[in-house]
Amino acid sequence: MKILVCISKTPDTTAKIAFIEGNTKFDESGVQWIINPYDEWYALVRAIELKEKDPATLIHLVTVGGVDAEPIIRKALALGGDEAIRIDSNSNDSFTVAAQIAAVAKEGAYDLIFTGKETIDYNSACIGSMLSALLDLPFISMANHFELNGNTATVKREIESGEETCEANLPLIVSCQKGMAEQRIPNMRGIMAARTKPLKIVAPSSTTATTSISKFDLPPAKSGVKLIDPENMDELVRLLKEEAKVI
Amino acid sequence: MVLVYLDQADQQIKKASIEALSYGAAIAKQLGCTTEALVLGTTQEDLTSLGMHGANKVHQLKNDALNFLDVKVHATLVAAAAKKINATVVVFAHNINGKAIAPAVAVRLGAGIVTGACSLPNTSNGFEVTKTVFSGKAFASIKIETPIKVIAINQNSFGLVAYNNSATLEMIDLPIPTASIKITKVEKIEGEIPLTEANLVVSGGRGLKGPENWGILLDLAKALGAATACSRPVSDSDWRPHHEHVGQTGIQIAPNLYIAIGISGAIQHLAGVNRSKTIVVINKDPEAPFFKAADYGVVGDAFDIVPKLTAAVLKAKTN
Ligand SMILES: Cc1cc2nc3c(=O)[nH]c(=O)nc-3n(C[C@H](O)[C@H](O)[C@H](O)COP(=O)(O)OP(=O)(O)OC[C@H]3O[C@@H](n4cnc5c(N)ncnc54)[C@H](O)[C@@H]3O)c2cc1C
Repeated sequence: MKILVCISKTPDTTAKIAFIEGNTKFDESGVQWIINPYDEWYALVRAIELKEKDPATLIHLVTVGGVDAEPIIRKALALGGDEAIRIDSNSNDSFTVAAQIAAVAKEGAYDLIFTGKETIDYNSACIGSMLSALLDLPFISMANHFELNGNTATVKREIESGEETCEANLPLIVSCQKGMAEQRIPNMRGIMAARTKPLKIVAPSSTTATTSISKFDLPPAKSGVKLIDPENMDELVRLLKEEAKVI
Repeated sequence: MVLVYLDQADQQIKKASIEALSYGAAIAKQLGCTTEALVLGTTQEDLTSLGMHGANKVHQLKNDALNFLDVKVHATLVAAAAKKINATVVVFAHNINGKAIAPAVAVRLGAGIVTGACSLPNTSNGFEVTKTVFSGKAFASIKIETPIKVIAINQNSFGLVAYNNSATLEMIDLPIPTASIKITKVEKIEGEIPLTEANLVVSGGRGLKGPENWGILLDLAKALGAATACSRPVSDSDWRPHHEHVGQTGIQIAPNLYIAIGISGAIQHLAGVNRSKTIVVINKDPEAPFFKAADYGVVGDAFDIVPKLTAAVLKAKTN
């Protein structure tokens, strides 16, 4: 079994969101970086659990990013995984990122590819789906449960009104969310081991971006809260009806 | 020509897809072209009535094997249909299934894609679409640089628009690829409004102290016809089911009304609900950060206020 886990570096959930250079660039000053929570808590931890069940499993981590992504990939290796691959490219275009990962995935002939359901910075939720088209593999999105039985995976995925259980043969791509696994904290042994795990740097393959970001904007500030007397809920209902027009 | 993919559940076109159709028709108007829709699988409704939501023509591939999503199969078919009818813009709802197939369709069409879109395209200088980024904390304008464009529009961001079109229904003939997954079970949460499709949401946090106290919240939700949600610690402690967890690491929603009861308003919670049109916060702590993001606030004890609010809602209904 060979599993590839896609890891993205994202700003911490409490990071101040601001832009520079005429609102064309995210202001990284003072920002703490983390592993995208969906990649870490669900995709990576579930892969580690599969390896704990079947120690012959190999886990490779892949990230597309510059040298500044290395602390993040080392942190992921401290949780688990055998080796990491950093594709040395910086891009905001989902297609470019997916095409880079697809090239690595093809070469590695993985049985299973895990991604998070989306990243918390660009929220595009594109990579798993794009990989499925680039590699012509089945894809199950927003999985909250994953079991493996030989060559067949049983996966539960969220749908609008509940849950769907599907079966698919490997090789398979799955995007992961809450329910897949429980968050883990790296221990000292893992952190030490991560220092010597192989981190391969590969040159990006040539692709043409399909999109570009022209600018960012912050939402207009709320005009301020209107406080309602707790003894007068009729007034709140009236405002929701007549002013906000939502009920 | 604009092609809108209409996603279905239980042989009914989803509300998010109808909204995507309204949006697609608005783009078609901008570009001076027609709006066509694609339905995969069998449906129960009269698809020609989709004219009133903007369709000029509806294509259907009637085969009940397509009623459940298989990304590989569906993406192949949507891309093939888009090619066959020469679509230049392909629109999806950014709902669970739309998110799953739109990026694959974009790849198969060699098209650039914007997911989580929240504006009509700006075509004054190329083709630019605004999307939400940083979990609703900012917007980005994305230029699509390819001849064919794919857009997945955020739910409840464009709204339903009435059109006067009369739509024709045509069967489209495409080779159906072999299934790549098998659906073995579908579990429905009966009697509940799906959170992502709800117009009204009532949500509870740790301030409600324990699962045994949820009755007052459920009564309010029932009076309003609202869906229910909760903060992360609430679902982590199993006071409420996981599918109710909203926030940065849960579900992101954008209802017309979000009522937060006993929720402090941590930044990660706000990231899941800040696109709601109107936010009401009920909290006993006047310094709770949620008040800064609220439109209406009530400072006080939820156990006292929520039943009073429910009574006021019911009273207004009977009047
Ligand atoms: C990486 C990361 C991701 C996260 N993702 C999420 C997420 O997706 N969703 C999420 O919700 N959280 C998330 N969190 C957790 C978040 O930081 C907060 O801890 C959480 O939202 C707090 O939940 P709460 O408001 O229910 O509880 P608390 O913060 O404990 O707030 C309870 C509130 O209830 C009020 N209260 C108490 N008693 C009453 C009463 N009788 N009447 C009225 N009000 C009362 C209090 O004044 C207080 O404001 C995340 C955290 C991290 C670090």
